[in-house]
This record gives sequence, C-alpha cells and structure tokens, in this order.
Amino acid sequence: MIVTVLSILLIVTGLVFFLGAAVGLTRFPDFYCRMHAAGKGDTLSTLLVISGFAVYQLHGIDDFTEDWPVLLVVLKLLAVVVFIYLTSPTSTSALADAGWEDGIDPVIEPGHENHLEDDCRKPSSPQP
Amino acid sequence: MRAPDVPETPSVKSSPSRSPFYAALTFGVLLVVWVIFSGFFDLFHLSLGVISCGIVTWLSSHLLFDDRTLPLRRRAVQAWRFAGYMVWLTWQIVLSNIAVLKLAFGPRSALQPQIIRYRTPLKSDFEKFLLANSITLTPGTVTIKILGDVFYIHAIDDASAAGLNGEMDRRIARIFETSAA
Repeated sequence: MIVTVLSILLIVTGLVFFLGAAVGLTRFPDFYCRMHAAGKGDTLSTLLVISGFAVYQLHGIDDFTEDWPVLLVVLKLLAVVVFIYLTSPTSTSALADAGWEDGIDPVIEPGHENHLEDDCRKPSSPQP
Repeated sequence: MRAPDVPETPSVKSSPSRSPFYAALTFGVLLVVWVIFSGFFDLFHLSLGVISCGIVTWLSSHLLFDDRTLPLRRRAVQAWRFAGYMVWLTWQIVLSNIAVLKLAFGPRSALQPQIIRYRTPLKSDFEKFLLANSITLTPGTVTIKILGDVFYIHAIDDASAAGLNGEMDRRIARIFETSAA
C-alpha cells in the first residue's frame, strides 16, 4: 500500500515536471531558451518516473528469499537513469552548439552580453 | 559510476609502475553488469558471461581506465568523492527543474537571456566534460561551446548568470585533487 502510494507520488511529480518542460518548450522566446526546458525538464522527470517504476517493483516482494530477483529489475531501471544523466546534458549542449553553428541568432535581453558573438561570430551571410 | 581518470601524462602507456589490477578491475565491473542484466545464475549463463567479459577485457580494457599508473586506492577515493558529487548534482537538478517550472509559467519579463564567457581553471578533458554537463544540468545555464579554457554559456536570467562563481570548479577539482582553484 505504502509502496503503491509512494510510486504514484513519484510518477505524478515526474509528470508535473514533464508538463513544465513542455510548456516552457512552447513559451520560451528562442531556440536556446527552449533548450533549457528540453534539456533539464526531462532529466529530473525521467529520474522521478523511473524511480516510481522501481519502487512499484518492490510491490511484488512477498517472500524475500524467493522474490529477490525483482531487485535485478530495480537495478536495470537505475541503469536507465544513469544513461539519461550522461546523455541528456551532452545532447543539450550538442544541440545548442549545432544551433549556433547553423547561425541561429539568440534573443539577448537588451543591455546584456553576448560574448559568443563578440568572440567568434561567423559571417552571417548564408552560404550559397 | 566509476571515476574516470585525470590523464596528466597521457603519453605514458606502458609505465613500469602501472598497476596490474586494472584488468581484473575491468573484468569485475563487466561481470557485475553482466550478472545484473542477465538475471540467470546457472552455470551455462555464468560461463557465457565469464567468456564474454574476458574477451572484452582482453580487447578493450584500456577504454575503461585510461591512466593505469594511478594507484587503485586513490582511484577508490576518487570514486567515493564522485558519488558524493553526484548526490550534490542531483540536488542541483531538482532546484533547476523547479526554476524551469517557475519560468515556464511566469511572465516573459522574468527572462533575461544572455550568453556569457566563463574561464575555468580545470585542465583535463574529463574534468571539462564533467563541468560542461554539470553547468547544463544546474539552474538556468546551458553550455553552448568550449574553446580551450573558455566556456560559452547561455544563461536564461541574471540570477543564474551570477551563479557561475567557480564553486562547481572547486568541487570538481576536489574530486580529482588537481591543483585547480
């Protein structure tokens, strides 16, 4: 019972963060700001949803001496979390860099810095 | 998670002081992963695992640990500190998601997007990789580009741009006991 409630809580919290990421993805003003929503929103929400799944697996344990292989499923789910941790920020940076290389201009708040443009702006005219 | 190394002298491939236990360590790590993912404990499947892990260790153990001159004891300390860092980073990720959630439902005026330059004292590739990923995962900042020591970071508002004050560099330098910061 407690296990079920805990897993539902984890999954619902994860879905709330997913919703925030989706709303941010549509509302933020430019490509780079959207990467914030896309790259961070799914890290924590995947972590929470998968932890919810892992906790729910513990539900199946009645007799530990017989049901312990369930723990292997939990470990596999945690392995998924580790991969998300490694790949999510890497792909976010890769996409942001690709966007810059492709000449997407960021929206910069007036009066704030754009050091990347100062240091290494490529010719803005599109290649024929 | 294992703490990968800080290749201070990457050219030294067959140094006389290299630890002989690295192949055994690689094999052990692979075998643990095999057992967890397979879930079968009969002789047939376990021997398949031993054979596969042996072949992989023989062919490519140098991919997992680069600098084998590092004593295993120090590496264990690094792995322990790395685990501590991951816990801290997870907390930062929670904060960052709450921040994104607030900004997503907040007014447009809450955003002050900007791209700032950030110079890091960290030297090795792995430390820079870790720093770039950590910056991306923490509130309001995304690493766009790394050129040498200089990171170009997109910050979504003033507060997160001000948050880049070198604390993360110090934490990462402390894991690997490098001289930085």
